[in-house]
Amino acid sequence: MTRLPITKTPKVYVGGAFIRSESARVFPLQDAAGNFFGNIPQCTRKDLRNAVEAAAKAGPGWAKRTAYNRGQILYRLAEMLEARRAELIGSLTMFGAVQADAARGVDAAVDRLIYYAGWADKYEQVLGSVNPVAAPYFNFTVTEPMGVIGVIAPDVPPLLGLISLVAPAIVSGNTVVALVSEKFPYPSILLGEMLATSDLPGGVVNLLTGFRKELVPTFATHTHLRAIVGAVGAADRKALELGAADSVKRTHFVDPDATDWLADTAQGLEAIRDTLEFKTTWHPVGA
Amino acid sequence: MAISAPQKKTAGRRGRSAPGLIFGDLWQYDPAPETADPKLKPRYDLFIDGEFVAPRGGKYFDTINPANEQKLAKIALAGAADVDAAYRAAHRAYEKVWSRTSGRERAKYLFRIARLLQDRAREFAVAETMDGGKPIKESRDFDVPMCAAHFFYHAGWADKLEYVAAGRRVAPLGVVGQVIPWNFPLLMLAWKIAPALAMGNCVVLKPAETTSITALKFAEILQDAGLPPGVVNFVTGAGATGAAVMAHPLAAKVAFTGSTEVGKIIMRSLAGSGKKMTMELGGKAANIVFDDAPLDQAVEGIVNGIFFNQGHVCCAGSRLLVHEPVADAVLAKLKNRIKVLRVGDPLDKNTDLGAINSKDQLEKIRELVDSGVKEGAELYQPPCRLPEKGFYFRPTLFSDVTMSHRIAREEIFGPVLSILTFRTVDEAVEKANNTAFGLSAGVWTDKGSRILKMSTELKAGVIWANTFNKFDPASPFGGYKESGFGREGGRQGLLDYAKLT
Repeated sequence: MTRLPITKTPKVYVGGAFIRSESARVFPLQDAAGNFFGNIPQCTRKDLRNAVEAAAKAGPGWAKRTAYNRGQILYRLAEMLEARRAELIGSLTMFGAVQADAARGVDAAVDRLIYYAGWADKYEQVLGSVNPVAAPYFNFTVTEPMGVIGVIAPDVPPLLGLISLVAPAIVSGNTVVALVSEKFPYPSILLGEMLATSDLPGGVVNLLTGFRKELVPTFATHTHLRAIVGAVGAADRKALELGAADSVKRTHFVDPDATDWLADTAQGLEAIRDTLEFKTTWHPVGA
Repeated sequence: MAISAPQKKTAGRRGRSAPGLIFGDLWQYDPAPETADPKLKPRYDLFIDGEFVAPRGGKYFDTINPANEQKLAKIALAGAADVDAAYRAAHRAYEKVWSRTSGRERAKYLFRIARLLQDRAREFAVAETMDGGKPIKESRDFDVPMCAAHFFYHAGWADKLEYVAAGRRVAPLGVVGQVIPWNFPLLMLAWKIAPALAMGNCVVLKPAETTSITALKFAEILQDAGLPPGVVNFVTGAGATGAAVMAHPLAAKVAFTGSTEVGKIIMRSLAGSGKKMTMELGGKAANIVFDDAPLDQAVEGIVNGIFFNQGHVCCAGSRLLVHEPVADAVLAKLKNRIKVLRVGDPLDKNTDLGAINSKDQLEKIRELVDSGVKEGAELYQPPCRLPEKGFYFRPTLFSDVTMSHRIAREEIFGPVLSILTFRTVDEAVEKANNTAFGLSAGVWTDKGSRILKMSTELKAGVIWANTFNKFDPASPFGGYKESGFGREGGRQGLLDYAKLT
């Protein structure tokens, strides 16, 4: 008798726990051959608000970690991905990606994490400054994480795109609520499992599956999200910018159709800078 | 706000109110008016493509001296067609001249501009004071020299742009549209124009409706400096002109300094346009005084923090948070101090508080002060005499303020200080950060580690520790949260006028 395999119930990773949508809604996911794969949580506005709450709670602790520690944790996350490389590649090919493309994408995602892990204790020295003001004051500018960042990941590549947007936000101490690929959510479900075993505190990265048209309006207007980083088309971009105005939210978008995610140009110090605030402190120099 | 039982020997001494000073009417100063000629013209036209041109609609509006309500000049009202002409001139200048001008040459223009302004510093200071109402000692010692300093600082960057963004090359954006407020007309112009030009951009700028004169005088300096026509264009007018400047399709970037309310309107109107933005918006800064602070110095800092430029300062220290043990002492010292502030003729060299910039602003201040009284805060104003003509407001203290009062939450933009108290460091941080704004904050304490803790915990873009309201072209300025985004000044501010290639 053939053994019936155990299938996994896909759950999203929010606040350090694996959850279903509070609405109990799901949408069915088929693999490339059209076979039923599983039911994916169809997260709601309420799920998003809960995730923001979890992210806000995790924020101060994560931002207070030393840069060295944050770098090591990002490195550890890369270790977790590397160890499950074959499974991640499978999560892409199962839904239609060509084997070689999938492998390149996973390898690039791992390398991207390593790249940002290394920035953790360096970006401050490059972006900050001591400023020669024309009066007897010690004046210096440092960076600070903005807080909770909303990330809208591209549909493709589902894993590399998500990691390319999340890693530069969390390396500086931000926490993230990300809406993952709508078409290919399963790699992000797997990524959640790796986040959970990477020493990253719960709530630092929160991943939501679901429909953009349902969730983008709430991402746009949620006042606790201090910035939105997204790979979105023109219509979503406009909606997000309109909503962002209500609370003077920062927005940074890349065109998903014009981005070569595999290239080195898809990573950089500017992506870290996009979710930082500059703070300048003055103090008199005297006895 | 009773002082707790004396813990240290000094507590009793601090708690005693300082002896009152009898100045009042007994010690009148003779008037000491600044008499330099501001060289005003009766009529100011638009500055487009290097020349002064009449507005196409033929309309002008009056600009008055808020100190005596007398008309100073008439100012051209730019319509959409004028704004369009300014953009086309800027775009032409960008394509044909400025983008082909080397950084070294751009630098020399900016150095020249700084020098020419220094040459005419007193004339500009008087014009600034007459048009805006600020005390001559401020326009003379702060606004004008700081304006020149901004051009001098950014001049030196123009040929060193490869050092602005590590590992990347920078390029200008093209034409930038800029709208500035009336509180620091020349200085805001410098904050906007100097980095834009250093990076190689061209500019269309709209000064505030009530303070256009010094921008148009500044255009004379641009002509004298030989700046190529079209590189900088000034269009004057009110909100409709500003909206046209922000919305023009040739603007690659817009930079706005003004209220959070208007900033949000601009952000909405530009949603989906792909334009880059910098927003310097409102503030409600906490100025936090701990019990170990040198109180006399702190009082000077508090006074400077809220009464500088009549409180028309986005980063003004408008919420004083005082540690309970010293709250009564600080309040007594403050009352004593503001009794001797001289309110009146802005052109008098002894004046501390000049005129409120406009009637509208005066009404807004009055409305908010009334709300403070109605909501139960304790008002104190010194019994100084105000001039009969012109827009003036007494320096005002509100004690017994709570976080829910409008005067603790809304930007008053006037000489009005709301005083709250706190007991612990955590409470101070909590109260300071409990606002939608995040532009600046002040901390007064003798303890170094506490300064660093506070400066880390306060969610604001500028932290003044044991000082307040200090500015420098090398020092990035800008806000967190609803106080806007982007920085002005320093390497960080310069980068906001660049694209990375």
